[in-house]
Amino acid sequence: MNLFKLAWKNITHNPLSLLLNMVLLTLGIGLISFILSVNTQLKDKFEKNLADIDLVIGAKGSPLQLILSSMYHIDAPTGNISIDEAKPFLREGHPLIKRSVPLSMGDSYKGYRIVGTDHSILELYDAKASEGRLWSNLLEVTIGSVVASNLDLGLGAKFQSSHGFNDDEDLEHEHGTFVVVGILEPTGSVIDQLILCNTESVWEVHDHHEEAESAEEEDHSHDDHEEHDHEHEHDHAGHEHSEYEHDNHDHRNDMSRSQLLEHGEKEITSILVQYTSKTNFQALSMPRNINENTDLQAASPAYEINRLYDMMGTGTRALQLIAVLIAIVSAISIFVSLLNSLKQRKYELSLMRVLGGKARTLLSLILLEGIIMSLLGFVLGILASQLSMAAMAGSLADRYNYEFSSWQWHGSEWYLLAASVGIGFQAAVLPALMAYNTDIHENLSDA
Amino acid sequence: MLKTSEIRHSYKGTQRFTFPEIKCDESSSLMILGKSGVGKTTLLHILGGMFKPLSGDVSINGTSIYTLRGNNLDTFRGQNIGIVFQKPHFVQSLTAEENLMLAQKMAGNSVSTNTVHELLQQLNLDHKAKALSYKMSQGEQQRLSIARAIINKPGLILADEPTSALDDENCKKVVELLEDQSEQLKAALVIVTHDNRLKQYFKNHIELS
Repeated sequence: MNLFKLAWKNITHNPLSLLLNMVLLTLGIGLISFILSVNTQLKDKFEKNLADIDLVIGAKGSPLQLILSSMYHIDAPTGNISIDEAKPFLREGHPLIKRSVPLSMGDSYKGYRIVGTDHSILELYDAKASEGRLWSNLLEVTIGSVVASNLDLGLGAKFQSSHGFNDDEDLEHEHGTFVVVGILEPTGSVIDQLILCNTESVWEVHDHHEEAESAEEEDHSHDDHEEHDHEHEHDHAGHEHSEYEHDNHDHRNDMSRSQLLEHGEKEITSILVQYTSKTNFQALSMPRNINENTDLQAASPAYEINRLYDMMGTGTRALQLIAVLIAIVSAISIFVSLLNSLKQRKYELSLMRVLGGKARTLLSLILLEGIIMSLLGFVLGILASQLSMAAMAGSLADRYNYEFSSWQWHGSEWYLLAASVGIGFQAAVLPALMAYNTDIHENLSDA
Repeated sequence: MLKTSEIRHSYKGTQRFTFPEIKCDESSSLMILGKSGVGKTTLLHILGGMFKPLSGDVSINGTSIYTLRGNNLDTFRGQNIGIVFQKPHFVQSLTAEENLMLAQKMAGNSVSTNTVHELLQQLNLDHKAKALSYKMSQGEQQRLSIARAIINKPGLILADEPTSALDDENCKKVVELLEDQSEQLKAALVIVTHDNRLKQYFKNHIELS
């Protein structure tokens, strides 16, 4: 019959008030831990994927959308830009630009995005092929490690892409079958989730698709002039393209930058840019120049992501406030239930003194009861937050191909543990002092 | 064993109590009889080291108990005095046997399940060992309360109105039990009561007025 066991028996003797305390503590601590966990992991992801990119250039629209779509691959692109317009930033030897990476998007396979680009993207994320080789010919792809494991794709696997970023079989392209020639090493960055090929592969598949689409529209006797123009343009491009394909077959090379620039009328989605010097005055004014003087849009990832944090921050702060309030309410609840039980138990506390129990033994007994309750609440809270994290990670992985991990100890949990014990201690200290000062004579006299 | 001298107490100057000298040797018993309001419970608490009187001395086994400070008094009480209260109080969340173990633990003795079970058997409570105290009958609770008073083998057993709620038959049983047990332990037994029925069982009695 040690003190711990006695405290435990006392707590569990009143299951309803224990339940109330546990529900409140689980909610409060669970919510705080959940918010901390999501915040830490989101920031982690965002920062890892910044990849030293200083600027993203793409079509006009929302700058945040441009960043999210081109760097994090979680939103639709803002549109396309023509290579003619983008030429100054893609050309090698720009004095302010150390590295620029063209991206062409629009297709996906089972929810994983197919990105047309060149090998320079690998340098951004420090990626290497772990199996096979890098893409070089038309319709060859090298896939990220997550894509490979989740879709169970190995070297030589073949697949047809679908239009858009959702897994929709109705939109499957019938032209062009991709073949996996390589798998990248895991990097922990967004490139793990991508299917990489050269720009012309995206053109190839996409042009055919839009041809088919517009042919269908004509069947339905749509008389839209613009649509007609569009079709024509693509027809033209498609033609030029097949010439190109031929060329490439001979060289068995990734399409070089200068070759890309020859197709001035074709389109890409965006360009990821690294400056030669981040502090160069001219580099700093580059985004404004682009935004004011061209039809392109330039967005700074650091700036936009901070804006995103700010926006999320308001919501997070509100949630945090609610969580802290719940935690305070649970402290009050523990306090009230200890105080109530103390009133009911004043005889038994006096009795324990009569039996030889020391005043400080009673003090520790009540403190122990408070702390055991808060520890129990902490364990339940962490469990609840990790379970909801695991549940959410599943749906996040489905929707955004973003992997969140549960059962991770971030270090902030230690503070939460200390705070929980603090709650229990705070709530118990006054009842404990009352127990310490029990007047045996008075309590037992009116028995 | 127990010896008092010149105990006086008053509550906020209104009630004044002057208690007669009390002396009780080991293996003997003493009944203190008095009507309500003459300070019976106050006297019992003073004798039991639970309440320090304004003046006077209580000496148990040669120790003047109110010269003991803080925890020493608690420990002394736990080891040397067994108290049976008018209404039996137990720790609600514990079973009968756990309440007895708690008594051993609180007195600073080692917990012995053997002792606990022997005692329960002796008091015909062994079938209630795992029962919560408040689910036992009044008679059983009274016996358990006696068991708790004697489990640490005290030199002095104090009983506060142990029979007032019982019928004649149970009253007799409880008195016999108390006498038996204190004899076995060679303890001094002091019973404070207003129950005149007890006069027939005790040859030593003091009347408070």
